Amino acid sequence: MKSVEEILEYLSETFPETEFEALLGDVGPARIKVPAPVIKDVAKFLRDDGRLLFNTLMCLSGLHYPKEEEMGVAYHIHSTKLGHSLALNVRVPEEKAEVPTVESIWKTADWHEREAYDMVGITFTGHPDLRRILCPYDWEGHPLRKDYEQQEFYRGVTTNE
Amino acid sequence: MLRLELVLDGEIIKKVKPHIGYLHRCFEKYAEEMDDYAKVIPYTDRMDYVSAMNQEHGYVVAVERMLELEVPERVEHIRVIVAEMQRIASHLLGIGAFGLDLGAFTPFLYLFTEREKILDIFEKVSGARLLYNYMAVGGLMRDVHPEFKEDVADFVKTFRPKIKELDNLLSYNKIFINRTANIGVLPVEVALNYAASGPVLRGSGLKWDLRKDDPYSIYDRFEFDIPVGSGEVGTLGDCWDRYIVRVREMEQSLRIIEQALESMPDEGDVMEAIPKRIRMKEGEIYVRTESPRGELGYFIAGDNSASPFRVKARAPSFVHLSMLPAISRGSLIADMVAIIGSIDIVLGEVDR
Repeated sequence: MKSVEEILEYLSETFPETEFEALLGDVGPARIKVPAPVIKDVAKFLRDDGRLLFNTLMCLSGLHYPKEEEMGVAYHIHSTKLGHSLALNVRVPEEKAEVPTVESIWKTADWHEREAYDMVGITFTGHPDLRRILCPYDWEGHPLRKDYEQQEFYRGVTTNE
Repeated sequence: MLRLELVLDGEIIKKVKPHIGYLHRCFEKYAEEMDDYAKVIPYTDRMDYVSAMNQEHGYVVAVERMLELEVPERVEHIRVIVAEMQRIASHLLGIGAFGLDLGAFTPFLYLFTEREKILDIFEKVSGARLLYNYMAVGGLMRDVHPEFKEDVADFVKTFRPKIKELDNLLSYNKIFINRTANIGVLPVEVALNYAASGPVLRGSGLKWDLRKDDPYSIYDRFEFDIPVGSGEVGTLGDCWDRYIVRVREMEQSLRIIEQALESMPDEGDVMEAIPKRIRMKEGEIYVRTESPRGELGYFIAGDNSASPFRVKARAPSFVHLSMLPAISRGSLIADMVAIIGSIDIVLGEVDR
């Protein structure tokens, strides 16, 4: 079991050129903010390093922060071997919402990332099959964006009934 | 409502492409529109509609952990009892439908008779048979009926021998074994990489149960075993292993229910700890509970207001279905039915 502080230290040692930040809310455990370009390397390190062994990605969620004009991805990972959990956050600007995929590290990210793309419109670069998943393939817009406006018609049928 | 696109070579499956979303009812969007965290609860019912109690349980535990709210003993006990009864009801449906998919009609009817008894108790408890809206943040919507303990104890007594009956009827039925053993084998490493959980992961042989490995509510007080697959009639992690884990799990749920009945306080107001108004602080939290299908996680982000900033439900069925292409590649097309049945998905939860 490693604490967030220890993990943060390992990360700074391994990626000396990158700045990691611990985000602390009023509730919930601390999260580590990871710059988007290195998320895949960080994920690989977290999975493979013998002290950490984060072998499962429990959940991946897309978020929209309209005040900061940012999009976010929250990763919740867990090690079934060592019994510790960690939350990672990635923030990218609204107008260039691109995050490298972690699908090759944790296979389960495949559908989670498709959902985040569908719901908030984050593009996961390098994803092998980034299509909508819950909405129809020809739906317009991303419903969980805070500025979302529902299209009036879908294939000629009104959506406001 | 699930569409699978298959690429075949004769009868061998070469590629599988699941298309989902036909049952998408915008759970997460609705959750953000609510002006109170408590108002999300009825919507959680409608995700995995055959185990609504477990869906509610997961959500209220998550909100309570965010609020750092203490829940009365009596409430915790009632919640555990109904959650475990719901687990049995859900497994009865899952197992019954699994048999049905493979042409075994009779077990389905036997199991439904038992499930009916649980739903009868739930009807007395909450007024509803499927979608209960029974649990509340910090408590319960109403107290159980006066004969609750007797009703549950009666059920436990009559149901236990039925598991043995099920073993004779279905588990060790030769045809059933032929249809499920060595089919859809899921190695444990693949399962973990796909974040499988619940009976699917345990069927591959890993002792992993959130009631023990990431305890919530009062599960740490009860004694129960975690049944795992062992390749008893075929290969470790095949359809039969996933099936048998569910059967054995029902026995363990009965044990939990018995212990909870024993220690449940007779007196206590189940509504006293319900907050009048929930005002969430800022922060993000991910809380997971063991639903009958596996890890049901709620990711909740609060922003100092009464309305959730973001709620994401991490549904076990969603994750397990994403694994389907990996476990069914190379199988015969007729085995696809067995594989889907063995991962026991509920589309309401997949699409939310």
